[in-house]
This record gives sequence, C-alpha cells and structure tokens, in this order.
Amino acid sequence: MSVAIVDYGSGNLHSAQKAFERMARERGLNVPVLVTADPDTVRKADRIVLPGVGAFADCKAGLIGVPGMVEALTEAVRGRGRPFLGICVGMQLMAGRGLEKEISAGLGWVPGDIDLIRPSDPSLKIPHMGWNTLNVTRDHPVLAGIPTGPDGLHAYFVHSYHLTATAGDVILADADYGTRVTAMIARDTMVGTQFHPEKSQTLGLALIGNFLEWRP
Amino acid sequence: MTFKVRIIPCLDVKDGRVVKGVQFVDLIDAGDPVEAAKAYDAAGADELTFLDITASSDDRRTMFDVVTRTAEACFMPLTVGGGVRTVEDIRALLVSGADKVSINTAAVNDRAFVGRAADKFGNQCIVVAIDAKRVSAAGEADRWEIFTHGGRKPTGIDAVAYAREVVALGAGEILLTSMDRDGTKSGFDLALTRAVADAVPVPVIASGGVGTLDHFVDGVAQGGATGVLAASVFHFGTFTIGEVKRHMQAAGLPIRMDGITG
Repeated sequence: MSVAIVDYGSGNLHSAQKAFERMARERGLNVPVLVTADPDTVRKADRIVLPGVGAFADCKAGLIGVPGMVEALTEAVRGRGRPFLGICVGMQLMAGRGLEKEISAGLGWVPGDIDLIRPSDPSLKIPHMGWNTLNVTRDHPVLAGIPTGPDGLHAYFVHSYHLTATAGDVILADADYGTRVTAMIARDTMVGTQFHPEKSQTLGLALIGNFLEWRP
Repeated sequence: MTFKVRIIPCLDVKDGRVVKGVQFVDLIDAGDPVEAAKAYDAAGADELTFLDITASSDDRRTMFDVVTRTAEACFMPLTVGGGVRTVEDIRALLVSGADKVSINTAAVNDRAFVGRAADKFGNQCIVVAIDAKRVSAAGEADRWEIFTHGGRKPTGIDAVAYAREVVALGAGEILLTSMDRDGTKSGFDLALTRAVADAVPVPVIASGGVGTLDHFVDGVAQGGATGVLAASVFHFGTFTIGEVKRHMQAAGLPIRMDGITG
C-alpha cells in the first residue's frame, strides 16, 4: 500500500504530505505517503494525489515536463482505476480545456472547461480567497461524516478559475460566491477538490482520511 | 452569502522567536512561533500571518525552519512577510510551506518585482503589504501616502493609486496597515480601508488599530475589508478568536464558526 503525491514542480507539497501522513496514522492505516516525480512510483501506487498551484497552462506544462508522467497517471487512474484525488489546479487538470491566459488542453478525464469565475455581484473579489461552505449534490464516500450545507464545515479556497460547461453528474459539490462555483467533482474512481483539503482544518483532514479509506 | 470574513492573528517573529510572546494560553514556550500557531489553529483562526522582523538577512534561514515546522503542524493558510526582496526569497518561503508571501518595501522600490513574482508563482500567493499614513490636512480631501521603515520614511506615493498599480501588476491581496492607527487601539482607519477596498478588485485585509470588538465589525461593515488582522489584542488575551467571531456574527457578518465552542 502506498500513496503517491505527484511532484511536478508546482508548489510546496510538504504540507499535503504531512496532512496525509497524519490522517493515515489517525485512521490506523499503515501507508507510506510518497512525494514523487517518478512515473514508476506513481504507476505502482495504490492511491494517487495530483496537487497544483498557479496557472493552468503552467501546471500542464510542468506535468508534461516530467517524461512519462501523463502516461503513468493515465494508465494507473483511467486504465486500472486507482483512487485519485486532484487538488486545486490538480483537479482542474482533469478537465478537457483550461481557458486561463491561453487555451490549453487538460487530461480530458472529465468533460468541461476551466473558466473564470463570474460572480453576479461585481463587488465580490476575485480571487475567491477564503472559507466557504459546500452544497453537496449527492452522497459520496469521501464526504462521509462531514457536515456540509450552509451550516456545515468550511473549506479553504484560493482560485480565480473553476470547472464549467461540464456534465451535471460530474459536479459533487459547489460553493456560493455570487454564482455556483464548482467545489468538488467525482467520476468513477476519481475525485477532485477545487479547495485545499490540506489547508481546510477539520473538513480537509476528514476528507483526506476518507479518501485514504475509499474503496471504489 | 456563505463566503466568510477572515480573522487573522499576526505574529511578529525575530530570530525565530515571537516578539513579546503569546500570553493568551499557557504555552510551554510562549516565545515559540510554532506553539503559538498551533494554539491559534486550535482556537479557530481563519489564517495566520508571520512577520519576520529579523534585522540581519543572514539569520533568515531560521524563519524557513519556523515556517516548515508550522506547515507540518497547522493545516490552515499561512502568510509570511518581512524582508522579502527577491523571487528567490519568495520561492524559499513557499517551498518551506507558506501559502502566501507578503511584499512591502521591495515593491515600493521596484513595482515590477510584483509582476515578476506574480508571473512566477501566481497572483493568489502574492500579497502586497501597504503601510499608509494620512497626509491630508483637516478639511482637505482624504489622501494617504506610503511610508517605509516602520512608518518613519515618507515616499511621496499615494496609497490608493499604489494599491491599484500593484493589483494591476498581479498582487492577489492587499494587506493594508494604517501607520497612524497601528498600536493605538483606536480602530482601523476606515476611510483609508474603504478607499483602497473600493479601488481594487482583490481582497483587502485591514490592519492597525484594533482595540474593541466593534472595531473588527467596523473594518468589514464600514471599511469594506474581507479580512481583519490583529496582533496584540489576541496575544495578550484581550479577546479570544471565539469572542471576536461571536461578536462579528451577532453583528450580522458572515463568519466561519468551525471549531468555536461555547
């Protein structure tokens, strides 16, 4: 058993690693959490986490820049159905296209575009930076036991773009920010969070624990 | 609105130690920034800011260690500022585990630095800290100027115009401190906060002058800030994070109450 956090030069992964290690310990799971840029390690991992910070096109370029990584991810996640968690731009990369700065292709694992958030209220600030609650559209094991809805726990968001124009059943949760901001997606053995679970205190740690125990 | 206002304690750190210590809980080591950060995390703070006031740049490595140890223990957003002059400084802090880095004097001296930093790391992690003082006389139209060197050195730069400029260059957030109010406990400079918040499309964090619970409310309701930052009222235990949050919620502001009990 191992968890691979994919390192492709996009930001600090130390905090994410510590959060996964802590929740593995708390859930009594004996799983090493590896931060890795090695496609073979990703291919062999039982669970895969793709983080991402910055602009979509830069992250995509970074991912392509690691020889064999896109192939290893595709084989493990789409071919062999390994549980997968995309975080922030790591979630966005699951989509068909990113429209930030320039149009660039994503991994195409879920339909849709990554487009600018357009709140109906012009006084709302972009980036959507801070704490928001989740409106969940259906049950999912990674959300088990987590209070959601307007009176539920909060998730920490930092982003200006989000998934749009997707199939309705892909969206697992949204957040209200003068429009419905896509907060979580799920399909097959994949989940994605636009927010940062490793920065979302109680909610985030519980979600990470649930992901480690998820058997899709 | 389900999106929440942020309450942000700020810790001044010198040579790896919290200046004056944190006295609101019985910490084993009141001067250890990591212990203080964990206490604020447990208390329900929405975000944490470290300001490194270490004089010598040789000693800044100590700060990287503090940031690393904090990021290992606190799963909440962390902003670090103080002495940030180069893209390498920013990279070192982000690699250590900071989520955002705040730039102050280096941006005043070289605006293009903001653009380089934002291009490299993304707007979302670049905060520009503005220290402003009112320079208009009574009866004149409000005007504030940027001051550097802890409020001692005027620059002749208009604070509101400067805020617009750094946001256009890529700053994702403005940390706005009134040097007139800082340390006075007489409340935020609300006219300044409102002027900057209305001028830029990014979040503005109000800082400098909090002394009462109502001051926190005013910073958001009147000043238009999306976050409020304070130091001494939290460190000395004048107010707990929970007291501030309950008061702001009672005033009708959207507040995250996760982890706040009682």
